[in-house]
Amino acid sequence: MAHSKPEPMQVVKQRRDATLNALVQGVPYIQFLDITFDRRGDELTGVLNFDEKLIGNPFLPAIHGGVTAAFLEVTALISLSWFHLWPLIENGELTPEDVEGGNMPAFPKTIDLTVDYLRSGLPRDAYARAYISRAGRRYASVRVEAWQDNHDKLFAQASGHFLMPELKTE
Amino acid sequence: MVSLQQAQQVGLPFWRAQAHKETKPMHKVQAMTDKTKIAAQFIQAIPHAKALGLQLTHIGHGEAEIIMPYNEALIGDPKTGVIHGGAVSAMMDTCAGAAVMSHPAAPGGTATIDLRIDYMRAATPGQAITTKAECYHITRSVAFVRATATDEDTDRPVATASGAFTVEKR
Repeated sequence: MAHSKPEPMQVVKQRRDATLNALVQGVPYIQFLDITFDRRGDELTGVLNFDEKLIGNPFLPAIHGGVTAAFLEVTALISLSWFHLWPLIENGELTPEDVEGGNMPAFPKTIDLTVDYLRSGLPRDAYARAYISRAGRRYASVRVEAWQDNHDKLFAQASGHFLMPELKTE
Repeated sequence: MVSLQQAQQVGLPFWRAQAHKETKPMHKVQAMTDKTKIAAQFIQAIPHAKALGLQLTHIGHGEAEIIMPYNEALIGDPKTGVIHGGAVSAMMDTCAGAAVMSHPAAPGGTATIDLRIDYMRAATPGQAITTKAECYHITRSVAFVRATATDEDTDRPVATASGAFTVEKR
């Protein structure tokens, strides 16, 4: 097949979104915090949907520092998995049904995470994006930033190391 | 983090209770009930600590201990039932902040400046996680804290953390 017709855009989008949703919705803790992901091509933005139960200081009020750390970690893990699995999603080796059925490679494991708290998290939605500094065969180094109203005014940033799973579907 | 003054406003005077205990020794049982009550109130005042089901079991003199019972909503790996690292981070941040606020040289509240978490192993599914934090040094403006999390196998840490916290003036 020298010139196969490109797949219709809707088919491509549907496959990518379904795989991402299956990845995110399969983790109870991500549902507990109500973190969702916006996707544009292969770029992901984590969204921490605000809820009263995320508050750490009811008098300011402010988002709990632990929630901020968890949000940064979840964004790093999902982004890392996403980029790790992207080639398999694109060539059709990994289908949304595989992920939903639990037939997918394991998540990377966090080795360490260092969080800088730059300003207090306001009681509203927050966003985060992960930048993979290096993804080796075994280890990955990731930087994550989180903001609220203005992307230039980060309220937290983190840098962490992750142990990569072996890339093969079971 | 809830500041001490703020905590006092809603009836969490653990700072005053501590001083009171030293100047005027109370009946042991009475002191114990007070301490448990204060600890419970401290957690009740932090919505996210409540959401995680955290139980403050010890606080005072720059040390704190918090237990997080096993909860399926906090699972990070649905295949194994292992608790998500983010939930462990959140409890460690809470415990470290509590340790700072209980230090005799920390008059006001506190906020996390930075927190580094190292993950040693997965917590055993079905077991509660216990974090002990110690504020080992404090200046007029910064408190330095170490924390360790374990499950029932207390010889092998699940995670350790070290962080810097603000010391707010009264």
